[in-house]
Amino acid sequence: MRLVLVSILALATSGCGDSGSDDELLVSAAASLTDAFAAVADVFEQANPGVDVILNLAGSSTLREQILEGSPTDVFASANFSTMQQVIEAGVTSGPPRIFAENRLQIALPAGNPGGVVGLDDLANEVLLVGLCAEGVPCGDLARTVLVEAGVEVSVDTNEPDVRSLLSKIEVGELDVGITYVTDVISTDGAVEGVDIPEELNGVAAYSIVALEGAGDADLARAFIEFVLSRDGQEIIGELGFSSP
Amino acid sequence: MSRRSRRRWPPAPLVLLGALGTALVAVPLIGLLWRAPWADLGSVITAPVVLDALRLSLISSLSATAIAFVLGVPVAWLLARVDFPGRQLVRGLVLLPLVLPPVVGGAALLFALGRRGLVGEPVYEATGLVLPFSTWGVVLASTFVAMPFLVITVEGALHNLDQRYEGAAASLGARRWTVLRRVTLPMVGPSLLAGLVLTWARAFGEFGATITFAGNLQGRTQTLPLAVFVALESDRGVAVAISLLMVVVSLIVLVALRERWWRVS
Repeated sequence: MRLVLVSILALATSGCGDSGSDDELLVSAAASLTDAFAAVADVFEQANPGVDVILNLAGSSTLREQILEGSPTDVFASANFSTMQQVIEAGVTSGPPRIFAENRLQIALPAGNPGGVVGLDDLANEVLLVGLCAEGVPCGDLARTVLVEAGVEVSVDTNEPDVRSLLSKIEVGELDVGITYVTDVISTDGAVEGVDIPEELNGVAAYSIVALEGAGDADLARAFIEFVLSRDGQEIIGELGFSSP
Repeated sequence: MSRRSRRRWPPAPLVLLGALGTALVAVPLIGLLWRAPWADLGSVITAPVVLDALRLSLISSLSATAIAFVLGVPVAWLLARVDFPGRQLVRGLVLLPLVLPPVVGGAALLFALGRRGLVGEPVYEATGLVLPFSTWGVVLASTFVAMPFLVITVEGALHNLDQRYEGAAASLGARRWTVLRRVTLPMVGPSLLAGLVLTWARAFGEFGATITFAGNLQGRTQTLPLAVFVALESDRGVAVAISLLMVVVSLIVLVALRERWWRVS
C-alpha cells in the first residue's frame, strides 16, 4: 500500500515537473511528415542543446481534434490548409500560418506490382484490393478530387485513418494499389513503387505550420518554425521529396 | 451505538477511493453526454452509415461470441481438467490477447493470415480466399481479442466446481461426454453466461485489431468503433452520437444480464 502511494506521488510530481519545463517542444505534425520532421527535429535539437522536441504524428484532422480539445501542443503542422483554417478560426493560434512545403500524390503499389497496375483507371478494378485515406484526411480528400477529375469510379476496399497506415498495408502487399504522397513512396526505400499521376490531374498538398497560443515557450516555438523555413530546414525536407513553396 | 453505526457505515477510505474509482469511469461518459447533439440525435442515429455500422457490429460480435463458445469452452476444459505438458505455456498463449495491444494482434493476424501471410498465402493460392478487408476478417479479429474472456471465466468456474457431482454421474454409468453435457456445463452455467457476455462486449467494442487487419469500409468492415474513429475526423456530432449508442447498448446488456446471474446463482 505504501509502495503504491509512493509511486503515485512520484508520478504526480514528475508529471508536474515536465509540463512546467520550458525545454520541451510538443510538435503535432501530419503523418506524412513523419520522416521529414524526425530529421528536422534531430538537427534542431543539436543546434539547441537542452531542447527536447516531442513529435506527435497523426492524420491532420486527428491533430486538429486534439488541439481543439485542449491538448498542450506548441506547434501544429498540417497537410492541408482547410484543417489549418479550422484551427485558426478556433482562435488558438499565435501569429500567421506559414506554408513550408508542397507535396504531390502518386499511385503507390507493392514492390513488383503484383496487381499489374499502370494508371489511375486500375483503381476502378474490382478484382484489385484498393485503399485510400479516409475522407476528411487530407490525402483522402485530395485523392478523391484527383479521381473525380480523372473520371475514375474507384472501387475502394478500405479507407485508412492516415497515410502511413495506408502505406504499410501496401508495403506488406495486402493492398494492390493506393494513392499516397510522393514522399511516402520515397520513404519506403523501394518497398513501395510509385506510378506518376498526370501533372494536369494531380493536386498539390500545401503544408502549413503555426505556433499555438498556449505554447509553453513562445520563443522556442517561433524558433522551430523559423528553422523549418530556413535554408537548412528546407534542404532536409527537400531531401525527402518535398518541394519548397 | 457506536458499534452499530460503524457496522452500518463502510470504512471512509474505502468509500472515498471507491467513489474516485467510479468517477474515473463515469466522468468521461458524462463528457460524452455533454457533447451529444441532442437536437438531431434521431436523424444522426438512423443515418445509413450508422445503421450499416450497427448491423455489422452486431453480426461480427455475435459471430465472434459463437466461435469463441465452440472453440473456447474446449480450451478451458482442457486447461482445467487435463494435466498435459506445457499447460502453463498454452494458458499464457491463449490468454495473451487480454493484455496485448489490439493493434499488435491485428498486425500479427495480417502477417499470418493476410494474402501474403504465412498461412494466408497458401490458402489464397489454393482457394482465392482473402480475409483482410472482408467481414470475415472483422469476425476473426474480434474473436482473437475476445475469446480469452470466455476461456478465463469458464476455466475458473471448472476449477471451483465440486468434482464429486461428476464422479457420481460417472459412477452411475454416464459416459464422459454425457457428464460434460448434462452435469458439468449446467453447473458452470452462470459463469459460462458471464463469460459469453464479457466476450460479446469485448468483441462489440473491438477497434485496434479490426482496423489493422480488416481495414475500414462502410457496410463491409466498418463497425461502430471504426465509424466513431472516422467520424471524429469529419463530424464530431456523429462520433458522439455513435459513442452514446454503444454506451447504451453495452450498458443494457451488462446490467440486464448481471441481474440474471444473480437470480441464477
